[in-house]
Amino acid sequence: MQKRRSIKSTGIPENILGYLMVTPALLCILLIAIFPIVRTFSLSLTDMKMQFPDAAKYIGLNNYVKLLKDERFWNATCNTLFFTIVSVAMELVIGFTMALVMNMPFKGRGLVRAAVLVPWAIPTTISATMWKFMYHDQFGVINDILLRMGLIDQYKPWLGSTLSALWCAIIADVWKTAPFMGLLLLAGLQTIPIELYESATVDGAGRIRRFFNITVPLIMPTMLVALIFRTLDAFRVFDLIFVMTGGGPGNSTETLSMYAYTMLFRNLDFGLGSAIAVLIFIFVFLISLIYIYLLNIQND
Amino acid sequence: MRKDKLSNIAFYIAVAVFIVIIVFPFYWQIITSFKPPEQLWNIPPEWWPSRFYLGSYISAFTKRPFLTYLKNSAIVAISTTALAVFVTSFAGYALARLHFKGKNVILALALSVSMFPGIAIVSPLFLMMKQWNLLNSYLGLILTYTTITIPLSMWNLTTFFRTIPADMEEAAKIDGASPFYTFVKIILPLAAPGIFTTAILVFIAAWNEFLFSLTFNTKDALRTVPVGIAMFPGEYMLPWGDISAASVVVVLPLIVMVLLFQRRIISGLTAGAVKG
Repeated sequence: MQKRRSIKSTGIPENILGYLMVTPALLCILLIAIFPIVRTFSLSLTDMKMQFPDAAKYIGLNNYVKLLKDERFWNATCNTLFFTIVSVAMELVIGFTMALVMNMPFKGRGLVRAAVLVPWAIPTTISATMWKFMYHDQFGVINDILLRMGLIDQYKPWLGSTLSALWCAIIADVWKTAPFMGLLLLAGLQTIPIELYESATVDGAGRIRRFFNITVPLIMPTMLVALIFRTLDAFRVFDLIFVMTGGGPGNSTETLSMYAYTMLFRNLDFGLGSAIAVLIFIFVFLISLIYIYLLNIQND
Repeated sequence: MRKDKLSNIAFYIAVAVFIVIIVFPFYWQIITSFKPPEQLWNIPPEWWPSRFYLGSYISAFTKRPFLTYLKNSAIVAISTTALAVFVTSFAGYALARLHFKGKNVILALALSVSMFPGIAIVSPLFLMMKQWNLLNSYLGLILTYTTITIPLSMWNLTTFFRTIPADMEEAAKIDGASPFYTFVKIILPLAAPGIFTTAILVFIAAWNEFLFSLTFNTKDALRTVPVGIAMFPGEYMLPWGDISAASVVVVLPLIVMVLLFQRRIISGLTAGAVKG
C-alpha cells in the first residue's frame, strides 16, 4: 500500500505520460524514415558521387530530365508495372481460391493452413535461390518435368531468355505470396456471418448467386487492404530479381528498385540513383491514393 | 450420392495439388542437399539421392562462413525484436489507453511509413551510417530494422491493448496506482500473448531483410544469412550442394516456428487487414 502511494505521488499527468511513451518510437520513425525520405529528395537534386560526397553540386531537376530521356528507366518502369500487375492478379485469383477452399470444413484443414504459411516465412533470397536452381537450363527439375510431360521437346534456358525470364520471376513471386493473400482473404471470409448464407438459401438463392451477392461484396474491404499490401510489395520487388537474374538478360527483368540499386551502389551515382528512388516513392504514393480512394467508395 | 463422392474426391485432389506445388521446392532443396557431388550434375536430374551424402552440410559450415552469417542474423534479429517490442509496448499502450491529442496522426504516420519502399531511403541512410561509423556493424542494422518494424509492431500492439478489458485498470486506479505502475504490473502481463505474436512477426521480418543488410554490411564477417546465401561464391558453377544445405538449415527452424505458432502468426497478420 505504502509503495503504491509513493508511486502515485510521483505520477505525471496522463497526457504528458502518453507523449513520453510514444516518444522513442516516434524518434526512430522521424530519424530513420522521415528525415531520410526528405534527404533522398534533396540528394536527387545534386550530382553527388558516393566516393566524393563533399564535392556534390546542386543541379536542379537535371537528374529527372535525364531519366525522362533514359530508355533504361522506361524499360525498368514497364518491367515493374508488368511484374506488379501480372503477379498481383495471379495472386488474387489463386489466393482467393485457396481462401474459399480453406474456409470449407474438411479433414486436414489445419495442415493446409500451416503449409500455406511456410513460403511466406522464409527469406525471399532463399526461395529465389531454390527457384533459380529449379529453372536451371541443364540440371533444373522444371525442364525435366516439362520434357517428361511432353510440353517441351528440349531443355530451355528459362532464365537466360528475354522472353521467359520475367515470367519465371513472376511465378516464383506468386508461389511465395499467393498463400499470404489466401490467409488474409480467409480471415475476411470468416467474418461473414453464416446466417446471411442461410437466409439467402431459404430465399432460394443458388450457390453462384450467394457467392456474387454475399461473398464478393462482403470480402471487398479485406480484399482491397490485401491488394494494397501486395501491390506495394510487388512494386518494390528487389531481392527476388537480384538473386534470380540480377536484372538480366539484357535488362529484361530489371525493375525500378534494381535499377536504382545499380545506379546507387554499383555506379555510385547517388544523385541519379536517388532520383529513381524518389520516383519509386511517388509511384507508391499514387498507388496508395488509388486504393484509398477505392476503399472510401466501398465504405460509402 | 455417387456424384457427391466423386466431387469430394476431386476436391481432395485439388487440395493435394496445391500442397504439392507449395512443398515441392522444399523437397527439391532437401534432396539436392543430400546428393553426392557426382550425382549433382546428372542430366536429367534425379529425384532421389543415390546415397545420403553429408558433405554439403559439412562444407557449408566449415569451408564457408555460414556459421558467422547465422550468428550475425541471430544477433541482429533478436536485438531488433527486443528493441522494437520494448519501444512499441509503451507506444501501443499509450495509443490504446491514455488520453492525449494527436493519437490518430501518430497511427497514420506509422501506417504511411510502413509503406515506404526501402530503396527510397537507402541512399541517405547509407550516408548517415557512414558518418556515424555504423557501416559494417550490428548497430546500424538493428536501428534500421527496429524503425522499419515499428509501424507493424505498434499497430498490432495498439489493437491488442484495446482488447484488454478496462476493469482491471480501473480497479488499480481506484487503489491509487499511477498509470505507469498499472501498465507495468497489470497490463503487460495480460498483454503477453499479443506481445509474443508481435515479436514473432518482427523477428521474421528482421531475419529475412535483404536490401539494407546488402548495402550496409559489405564485409563477409558481418553479413546476415539472406545476403550470405545470395552471395555464396561460385565463379562458373554455383555450389548448389552447399547452397541447398545452408538453405535447409535456415528454413527448418522457420518451418518449426511457423507450425508451432501458426494460429498466432495468422491472427497477427490478419488483424489489421480485416478491421480495415
